[in-house]
Amino acid sequence: MRTLLYEPWPWYIAGPLIGLMIPLLLLLANKQFGVSSSLRHVCAACAPMKIPFFQYNWQSERWNLIFVVGILLGGMLASFFMPLTEAVPITEETTAQLKTLGIEEFSGLMPTNLFSWNNLFTAQGFVLMVVGGFLVGFGARYAGGCTSGHAIMGLSNLQWPSLVAVIGFFIGGLTATYFILPWLF
Amino acid sequence: MTHSTVNKRPEKISDNLSELFQYLKFLLLGIFFGFTLTKAEVISWFRIQEMFRFESFHMYGVIGSAAVVGMIALFLIRRFSLRSVDGEKIVLRPKKFHTGTIIGGTIFGLGWALTGACPGPLFALVGNGFGIMLVPLVSAIIGTWVYGYLRESLPH
Repeated sequence: MRTLLYEPWPWYIAGPLIGLMIPLLLLLANKQFGVSSSLRHVCAACAPMKIPFFQYNWQSERWNLIFVVGILLGGMLASFFMPLTEAVPITEETTAQLKTLGIEEFSGLMPTNLFSWNNLFTAQGFVLMVVGGFLVGFGARYAGGCTSGHAIMGLSNLQWPSLVAVIGFFIGGLTATYFILPWLF
Repeated sequence: MTHSTVNKRPEKISDNLSELFQYLKFLLLGIFFGFTLTKAEVISWFRIQEMFRFESFHMYGVIGSAAVVGMIALFLIRRFSLRSVDGEKIVLRPKKFHTGTIIGGTIFGLGWALTGACPGPLFALVGNGFGIMLVPLVSAIIGTWVYGYLRESLPH
């Protein structure tokens, strides 16, 4: 048990646990699993500016904001009590390919030389963090959901629009991986 | 002091308490989710690169098995007409299809591969001490706002 908590979890442990979020949210609170709606509620709470899309009672969706604060705390607890001691075990092929892009740092969860305050003010860092984040927020709302809402909740509810959205996720992801990232490095 | 005011106060406190417990529930579920995301290392930028290069089963295994568990759970909820703990009937909102499902999905995918994180992992990464990930998180909020602003002029 102790080693299981300390070691990184394999997909067949983590995946089913994440899947359990769906019945837990439904049975405990009658809420549908999804994360990106929280971004909309932040907009509605902070800067609705008479935009119809943000004119709704966000207070009744407050649970979603508390849920994402929980996600943040969950990450904090995991890193505090069971910090990563080894590099994320990605495949040798991916490591080799990322090396050809010039990435040398493989020790933690993120390449900290790319995702740093210093790199933020370079064209590369700006595209990775600011443009990337913008596209995540804009795209998720335009598509009506993100990985949790479409790929997990939508697919498990056999919603074909979610399958279309996931195909879109991959069209975009593959484009970025094969055309934008090589150009950025 | 009338009786009604005397009676009102304790009621108010218990209302607040039950509201607090409602919130605690979501906080705990979020913690469970954020913890699992971190332990599975699916919040790693490297894992997302690996996924989009089709070089490992890890991400597909996580998302796929999560969806299968969800499917089984939804089947059981429907089969036995389960209700929530508050006795409410569980009704799932269908996902609507429109042009944005594919355009927005593609835009989301571009951002996912660049930042190496989707919304859930963004919060988890900040919790993991990557303060820099507040930048894509705030940027994602701005992106959401701009979508709301442009919504009427976008194809749906």
